Amino acid sequence: MEAVKQGSAAIGLRSKTHVVLGCVNKANSELSSHQKKIFKVDDHIGVAIAGLTADGRVLSRYMRNECINYNFTYESPLPVGRLVVQLADKAQVCTQCSWKRPYGVGLLVAGLDESGAHLYYNCPSGNYFEYQAFAIGSRSQAAKTYLERRFENFADSSRDDLVKDALMAIRETLQGETLKSSICTVAVVGVGEPFHILDQETVQQIINAFEIVGEQEGPAAEPDAAAGQEAAAEQGGSTDEGVAPMDI
Amino acid sequence: MRYKSVERMKPIGKHSLLGASGEISDFQEILRYLNELILYDNMWDNGNSLGPKEVHNYLTRVMYNRRNKFNPLWNSLVLGGVKNGNKYLGTVSMIGVNFKDNHVATGFGNHLAQPILRQEWHKNLSFEDGDKLLEKCMCVLLYRDRSAVNKLQIAKITEEGVTINQPYSLKTYWEFSTFENPAQGAIGSW
Repeated sequence: MEAVKQGSAAIGLRSKTHVVLGCVNKANSELSSHQKKIFKVDDHIGVAIAGLTADGRVLSRYMRNECINYNFTYESPLPVGRLVVQLADKAQVCTQCSWKRPYGVGLLVAGLDESGAHLYYNCPSGNYFEYQAFAIGSRSQAAKTYLERRFENFADSSRDDLVKDALMAIRETLQGETLKSSICTVAVVGVGEPFHILDQETVQQIINAFEIVGEQEGPAAEPDAAAGQEAAAEQGGSTDEGVAPMDI
Repeated sequence: MRYKSVERMKPIGKHSLLGASGEISDFQEILRYLNELILYDNMWDNGNSLGPKEVHNYLTRVMYNRRNKFNPLWNSLVLGGVKNGNKYLGTVSMIGVNFKDNHVATGFGNHLAQPILRQEWHKNLSFEDGDKLLEKCMCVLLYRDRSAVNKLQIAKITEEGVTINQPYSLKTYWEFSTFENPAQGAIGSW
């Protein structure tokens, strides 16, 4: 679980018809490429990881296998709920055998089902929960606070609003760094839209669009007791003067 | 016709109906597999349920794998169902040949009934018309099978569920003049 908390942030949120995953890209050094944190598992399921990426890769491979096998036997997509339970059982085994170690990765599984859009979080402990919106990884508390404030609207949000919310939540975790498409990755899955990762230009356009709006309205962040560490003003900074400087 | 009241059609889960011809014991084995499948599906207890497409593909896999091991389940299966408004009808043979179509038949039905169905089937058949059409096909098959009994069972599947009607008998007429002396015009030892 500690490994998850120290990995770079990943967030997910869903509406009735779409699920959006987003994550912050971390690179080992300026010279290296970013770590891949969002994996496509099937046309209707994708996963974002936080923690030991190697473990995440292994689990993604397992998930892809399960999906393909189910598709082969039944010619229809694997329901997300089952995949998540299978993952959780796999993780649980590692917590009960003395010669194994738990998978050091938290997984945000986003997928589409007969029963709608789903977002699940799989713990290394073997627990899993379904969420309307969630954030994991380092500095995810800021994103969680942001999401908590807005999650009631998500169910009916349009797909584009959802993506915007995801990017704003990612921005919360950045603590002052400017939000650029090169440091974040966003992926969407929805009704009629197979799982795919948005490419950099699209993401940059969306960021530009709401950063402009943000300068006029001021994003909804207010001083937050839990995250009262740095009071850095962000790019789309608050223009209300009555409100205390924005805490992230 | 040794067994006069064996039912060869069974509902599978909420959405599908399976009919079989061939070896009845193998059919019972298939039903056992499917029961287990549906049971596990229900045990997941989430919003998903196995529809006719999934069951059909599962059966194809089973039949094909058994055939590959040279131990086939000696049945020809017809599987139909309705789920979320989508109608499905497919068939699997004992060697794993499977396909979907608007009308399917097994065994001699392919030779005797399919031509009738091809001519008279159309997309907007009502249930009563479909019933009559099927009866007509069964009549033809009955007349041409020396060991058949005139007992027939119809089942209906809609979004609401499966209803299997009670078996009933077909009226047959045997006083046609051609039936009097069938070998009359025949040449040869037949």
